Amino acid sequence: MRTYFLAVYTLWQREVVRFFRQKSRVIGAVAPPLVFWFLIGSGLDSSFHVAPSSGGLDYFRFFFPGTVLLIVLFTSIFSTISIIEDRREGFLQSVLVAPIPRSSLVLGDTLGGTTIAMLQGAAFMLLSPAAGIHFTPYSFALTVLFLFLTSFSLTALGFILAWQLDSVQGFHAIMNLLLMPMWLLSGALFPVEGSPLWLHRMMQVNPLTYGIDGLRHGFYMTGTQHSLRLFPLSDCLAAVCLFGAATFVGALWVSGRR
Amino acid sequence: MPEPIVLISNLSYAYPSSSGPGRLALKSIDLSVEKGEIFGFLGPNGSGKTTLFRILSTYFLPEAGQIRVLGLEMRRHIQEIRRNIGVVFQYPSLDLKLTASENLRHQGHLYGLYGGLLTQRMARLLDLLELSERSGERIENFSGGMRRRLEIAKCLLHRPQMLLLDEPSTGLDPGARRNLWSLLKNLNQNEGVTILLTTHLMEEADQLDRIALLNHGQLVKVDAPAALKKTIGGDVVRISASEAASSSLLTDIRAKFGGEPVLLDGLIHLEIKNGHQFIPQLVEAFPGRIEAVSLGKPTLEDVFIHYTGQAFWEKTGQA
Repeated sequence: MRTYFLAVYTLWQREVVRFFRQKSRVIGAVAPPLVFWFLIGSGLDSSFHVAPSSGGLDYFRFFFPGTVLLIVLFTSIFSTISIIEDRREGFLQSVLVAPIPRSSLVLGDTLGGTTIAMLQGAAFMLLSPAAGIHFTPYSFALTVLFLFLTSFSLTALGFILAWQLDSVQGFHAIMNLLLMPMWLLSGALFPVEGSPLWLHRMMQVNPLTYGIDGLRHGFYMTGTQHSLRLFPLSDCLAAVCLFGAATFVGALWVSGRR
Repeated sequence: MPEPIVLISNLSYAYPSSSGPGRLALKSIDLSVEKGEIFGFLGPNGSGKTTLFRILSTYFLPEAGQIRVLGLEMRRHIQEIRRNIGVVFQYPSLDLKLTASENLRHQGHLYGLYGGLLTQRMARLLDLLELSERSGERIENFSGGMRRRLEIAKCLLHRPQMLLLDEPSTGLDPGARRNLWSLLKNLNQNEGVTILLTTHLMEEADQLDRIALLNHGQLVKVDAPAALKKTIGGDVVRISASEAASSSLLTDIRAKFGGEPVLLDGLIHLEIKNGHQFIPQLVEAFPGRIEAVSLGKPTLEDVFIHYTGQAFWEKTGQA
């Protein structure tokens, strides 16, 4: 048991340390969403009209949780990309022949990516006063909980994808064809209500919709924008936990295959 | 007699491919390695030696056939085997963003070592491999030789009984190569570590206790280098002629002198006893048709040619 967690700890630590030694990764995960937030926010702010009950919600505030999720998506997915190259000529080779269960590798790597994604998301959240978002201790804790759950699920999803791929190019294709659409259809960029029915249905089965909704529960708790939250908090929590469990089990399963 | 440290019987391996079973990389290999040996797999690219290395290092799981390492059946006791072997990869398994010490520490943790014991072993190995002074530097600044040394240090932390190395001399200059070999011999003689390696270098293979010649996934021959060379009768004569004339010359040599001359890479190879007496007769027999003749004792390359009828360096697809 002790050796199991020693392995998890060391793999987690390695992920976090190597991340901070790569400045381009630190900047690369935060800067693009920040620019998106500013540019898209500036462009759409004047034409953005949600339900009147939202009480003068501006687009910067609306798009804020979506930007956090985008940072989490970029960071957690890209933290798993190293698996692809590491397997052929890097650190992963020695992990694969070490006397540890595969599950400790999956857990260590996933927690490492989760930590990095959470830290990046939290760094962006420092800007929340600028978007007119204020926290109570409870709403902050709730936001961090959803930050953790979405980071964990997306890192595990990245692990599943990276484990099976032989090239980084393939990973970028999946990023553009699967992950970005998932984010676009999560209600991050535009509200679910008011969209065509087919889109509405797709958004309802998208796990990230519940991630965004959960984050909004935290972010808007002290505001008046209740109407933007689609689902009860318990539903969001259940859906995101399920997503995390499913991706983690998936990661465990693929890791045993090669 | 104790059980060999590695016992392979009837091992085959096919790389998985999308269209059913892939190319067979290994075809029913039977082999054993004794404890305390320095044993090598010698073969050209595509011979299967890297596949065999990956299976023995537990990186790939064997499909058909049986492998016992340290007396344990591999599929059933994989973790126990892993605890007792050290694996040195061709492309070192180091994290370039971490320092030498950090790389060692992570490795130690993966083998259940920590605290004072780990620190002590790290210090000893950094010292042994002459890396102490730069232990706090990131690996990305290290030369190929230093990286290889660190990779070996990593693999010795848990005091393995057997060390597996994949092409350990690749990318090393002659000085670094000599140092590596004196280290390996030292480990073998003083600590009794069994050493198993793959190589495509003849001069490296010459230093080993025994070698297994591999070609196209098959085991061609296993023996000590000297014994292998002895199987070739006497000398090897290499004859070069103009490109167009080579094959007709080969036919004429065979007709006149017998033996089994082989044409490889533009050179005619002929194994023969008393080569020094043969050469004058050869030159007399084909005036003007021979450009150069050389005489030598058989090398491992000649052994390879003898058993496979092919040149060692022929292009044979992927490694």
